Amino acid sequence: MYVYDEHDEKLLQERVAQFTDQMQRFIDGKLSETDFLPLRLQNGLYRQRYAPMYRIAVPYGMMTSVRLRKLAHVARKYDKGVAHVTTRQNFQLNWPIFEEVPKIFAELAEVGMHSIQTSGNVVRNTTTDEYAGVLAEEVTDPRPYAEIIRQWSTFHPEFSFLPRKFKICINADPDVDRAALTVNDIGINIRRNEKGEIGYRIYVGGGLGRTPIVGVVINEFVPEEDLLTYISAILRVYNQFGRRDNKFKARIKILVKALKIERFKELVELEWERIRDTEDKLTKEEINRIKRHFTEPDYLDLEDGPIELQNARLDNPDFARWLDKNVREHKRSGYAIVTMPLKETGLTPGDITSEQLEALADIAEEYSFGETRNTHQQNMVLADVEQRKLFELWQKLKPLGLAIPNLDLLTDVICCSGGDYCALANAKSIPVAEAIQARFDDLDYLHDLGPIDFNISGCMNACGHHHIANIGILGVDKKGEEFYQIALGGKQGFDAQIAKILGPSVSRDEVTDVVAKILDFYVDKRIEGESFIDAYYRIGHDAFKGAVYA
Amino acid sequence: MPKLIKDGQLVQDDAWQVIDDEQDIQDYSIISLPRWQENKEALLTHAQAGKLGVWIDSHENVDLIGDDSSSFTLIAVNFPVFTDGRGYSTARLLRERYTYQGEIRAIGDVLVDQLHNLQRVGFDSYLMREDQELEDVLRFFKPFSNPYQADVRETKPLFRRRDKAVS
Ligand code: SF4
Repeated sequence: MYVYDEHDEKLLQERVAQFTDQMQRFIDGKLSETDFLPLRLQNGLYRQRYAPMYRIAVPYGMMTSVRLRKLAHVARKYDKGVAHVTTRQNFQLNWPIFEEVPKIFAELAEVGMHSIQTSGNVVRNTTTDEYAGVLAEEVTDPRPYAEIIRQWSTFHPEFSFLPRKFKICINADPDVDRAALTVNDIGINIRRNEKGEIGYRIYVGGGLGRTPIVGVVINEFVPEEDLLTYISAILRVYNQFGRRDNKFKARIKILVKALKIERFKELVELEWERIRDTEDKLTKEEINRIKRHFTEPDYLDLEDGPIELQNARLDNPDFARWLDKNVREHKRSGYAIVTMPLKETGLTPGDITSEQLEALADIAEEYSFGETRNTHQQNMVLADVEQRKLFELWQKLKPLGLAIPNLDLLTDVICCSGGDYCALANAKSIPVAEAIQARFDDLDYLHDLGPIDFNISGCMNACGHHHIANIGILGVDKKGEEFYQIALGGKQGFDAQIAKILGPSVSRDEVTDVVAKILDFYVDKRIEGESFIDAYYRIGHDAFKGAVYA
Repeated sequence: MPKLIKDGQLVQDDAWQVIDDEQDIQDYSIISLPRWQENKEALLTHAQAGKLGVWIDSHENVDLIGDDSSSFTLIAVNFPVFTDGRGYSTARLLRERYTYQGEIRAIGDVLVDQLHNLQRVGFDSYLMREDQELEDVLRFFKPFSNPYQADVRETKPLFRRRDKAVS
């Protein structure tokens, strides 16, 4: 975990002072709403439908017990005692008092947290694989590189008023993309060339929203030291040539599409050649300095599959189910990665209360070196748990509602805040998630269905990533009434696919019935061991359409 | 009275003036880029004498002025709205790509909260929007004592000077 030195610390304190002053000038009427708007957005402060919303950055999703406790505290003191995990691995508070937000910021800064660039037309929080650093398959730990990008992008003098928001994502697993690389403005896949040197395959121009586009590779191998110069070149081309006349055409994906990737690449690489050997080139010393912050914790020498674990599994089918679903292999023998879906029926997907946060902080200290992670699926992770303590951990997580064995299943819903909070919404999304979770509450059935990505967005802005869901729901407005469009076949990953609309939109009451029909059809037609998405691609869109709208 | 800040001070007696394409050119006029391009030859000596400036709008790419920049002692960059960030790249590229040495002036929707980034990318004078309060304006130039990135003023990023940088 990156630890701030005096410089990082000072910059953060200076930011708190700057934002506090801006808010004061706004309150005093010296800064108009329009002039204040981008300044507060760059500090994560929105105005929503009923209340402000404050988005807190969690760089590459990493949290510590100290930070969890602080978050629990500010959520209780300044909000309703609930924080919400977003699809960019951040936290949101949904009911703060507008004028008090600089105070929250100042409290967060005491433990190195902040809300810098969690909104606005700037480079946003760089996301990464939620299992970064604990996967055997990884080429290297991507988090130091994410931290390098964080520093470079923080208060960037040239790129603080881009045409639109800008999202970067980085991973280092050669085979699996758990971080949605190809639907980011820039996706970076760390790899090694034949000589064993580290470099980056860079994707550009992906994004969801109104015009979902899967990103394309702009360069197969950018050498390790050229990370910042290459992305600077991309940003510079975008800042100059990205559209600014129409908000909905301002993302880099539209520019890449308009110029075509060949021409876009030409412009970027011409600029890159010019700046490649400037002082922005990374040094080995700097890469190593940052890497030293991400060294492995003090793992013990342990065996895989200890006897305690085997016995507990045999004695307790509920535990066994949780193990199979929510626990996965760790690169170190004797350890495991535990994911905690924040998907309790009746609660907003991604919500976690102050009490849960505090309990989790203690648990993390006891079982996982005092660290947790947020996932872009709106869940949380304990990444370094001893296998022999899994049963003990499970018993502690269960009463907290943090051991629901539904990871990646239908009810592990990704859901935007929708009409309950968001001013832009066409329809509510949270009640749809709840209805699905209530209707499909039989765990045996859910496990039998297998993995299904189910996502909901309350409008075209697609914050719930419905385009890349196996089953994606989009809220639409039909003559002032809330309707829902259902699409099938979306996928995340290196072979990302955009979901296709199934048919006419339906009312909220009908959504669960339609989903039930889709599932019945799948269960009926699947061949042994075939997942929903594989069956969909084998059987075809039209067959599903026929089954639902017949 | 126009509110001009230059070299960290309020300036009252600045002669430069942006003029419309219909107005006659005088000493210290700042003309539009298209007007310069059309009348380059006729205006060259005037510019080289340090008595003619040119202004670049946000949609006009820096390459359009390119090496001509060396003929000028003043180039203004317009911000039609302060959220249009193209001018930041324009100024920086004037300095770094075209090694322009003269004055770069921000004009248009120029607000105190932008001064910090503007000076970092190479601006040195600022014609502030009318309503801006300039009392105590200097504090807006340096909200951050040691930013992470290299820029036009500080050519080394923080990672190349962490040990040496005093904070
Ligand atoms: S998808 Fe639409 S409704 Fe949902 S959070 Fe985003 S903007 Fe709001």
